Amino acid sequence: MGTNNDYIIYVENIVKKYDNGRTVALDHCDLKINQGQVVAIIGSSGSGKSTMLRSLNLLEMPTSGKIFFKGTELTSKKIDVDSHRQKMGMVFQHFNLFPHMTVLENITMAPVILKIQTKQEAEKSAMKLLERVGLTEKANVYPNMLSGGQKQRIAIVRALAMEPEVMLFDEPTSALDPEMVGEVLDVMKELAADGMTMIVVTHEMGFAREVADEIVFMSEGRIIEKGTPKQIFENPKNQRTKNFIDKVL
Amino acid sequence: MFWDWWQNLFVDMSSINFFNFSFLPRYGYAVIQGVEYTLILSVISVLLAVLPALMLAMMRISRHKTVRCLSGAYIAAFRSTPILVQLMIIYYGVFSVIRVPKFLIFGFIDSTRFIPGVVALALNSSAYVAEIFRAGILAVDSGQMEAARSLGLSQAQSMRLVILPQAVKNVLPALANEVITMVKESSVCMVLGMAEIMFTAQTIGGSTYISIGPYMLAAFIYFAITYPTSKVIERVERRMRRGDKQ
Repeated sequence: MGTNNDYIIYVENIVKKYDNGRTVALDHCDLKINQGQVVAIIGSSGSGKSTMLRSLNLLEMPTSGKIFFKGTELTSKKIDVDSHRQKMGMVFQHFNLFPHMTVLENITMAPVILKIQTKQEAEKSAMKLLERVGLTEKANVYPNMLSGGQKQRIAIVRALAMEPEVMLFDEPTSALDPEMVGEVLDVMKELAADGMTMIVVTHEMGFAREVADEIVFMSEGRIIEKGTPKQIFENPKNQRTKNFIDKVL
Repeated sequence: MFWDWWQNLFVDMSSINFFNFSFLPRYGYAVIQGVEYTLILSVISVLLAVLPALMLAMMRISRHKTVRCLSGAYIAAFRSTPILVQLMIIYYGVFSVIRVPKFLIFGFIDSTRFIPGVVALALNSSAYVAEIFRAGILAVDSGQMEAARSLGLSQAQSMRLVILPQAVKNVLPALANEVITMVKESSVCMVLGMAEIMFTAQTIGGSTYISIGPYMLAAFIYFAITYPTSKVIERVERRMRRGDKQ
């Protein structure tokens, strides 16, 4: 029984309600994530998995419950959430690149504005990151000139430019054409291999099985079952998990 | 009986009167100054309205209910009363307390009338422009704000660096249309004796006894300014929309 200091992310009993409590998106969920762990959250649409992920950096404010990031309670009223968000990179289903900025500006804007790096330093490290994802030649183009897969790789680089300690992925491949899913997953695999702590909401069961250390299955706002990919995919204990796995595999 | 009336109608109201521009050689210069006055008045009014409008728009989407209501009340008040009434209240009310020093702007515009007029038009316009800005801000995809916040930017930084640049680009055509509206609306300033197009037409009519011609000319001038401009804006808007598609 560890305290919340032992985990990089520690979620305690969070509830999220919409419409004055008529809709319950998250129903008393707990989550503990270790440094360097890759966690995949799976479940059918509307199961609350995106809400769970978006709660972790408070894009959704939980109705009740506590969220700790490296022992600091983010849900506390006194906390400056912005400074903690800098350490939690996020990648969205629809990329959300800034269309009025070039690729390089997209990547360097936050570190420069938040005075983490000078413009020169930021551009230098941005080019290094672009090299890692094989997109150096796109540095000076605008996002509308990129394919979906390229956009998502840039979005990952943009998040990485803040040198985050955790990366949150919200269905990063769901809006992509099938032939582009691979290039994005490859970047994510590399990231996982480098020891990045990752929480991934995904429908890519192959990826979850291969890369994740832990699978979290959610249904109707509840965490139904957690375990290693082997346990969840081959030997699920809960009937609902079993039904879901049978359907998607 | 009917035929007498019908025929007299055409004698009294001959088309020659409508197109009697014989005052032009003598008053042409005054007409040109009137056009300049109208253009200066409307462009400056809208430009002055931009900053207050931006503030009103931000207040309108604020989280605090009082702030939202304050801005909402301002917008409602200025959009639901005639601009002529606003002009009168501001000129005779506000500017009877505040004395404007007398000097000439651009060599022919009297400051004691121009400044109250511009202030009234700008206050009115800011209510309309605020709604334009609000629509522009809300039209930016909510994912943009989320992406900016997830990088650690504050609400204000995200607004300034991510949302507003996109919103402003979207509302430029609507803003240009507001200038066109203002070119027409600014004609109410004639009641304060501001020498814009309508006042000039009235003055010419009074001193030459040509009653319809000057107003017909005013109508042509307004049309010649607003119609082509609105067509150009339409075209720019269409091209912008095409550019947005990826």
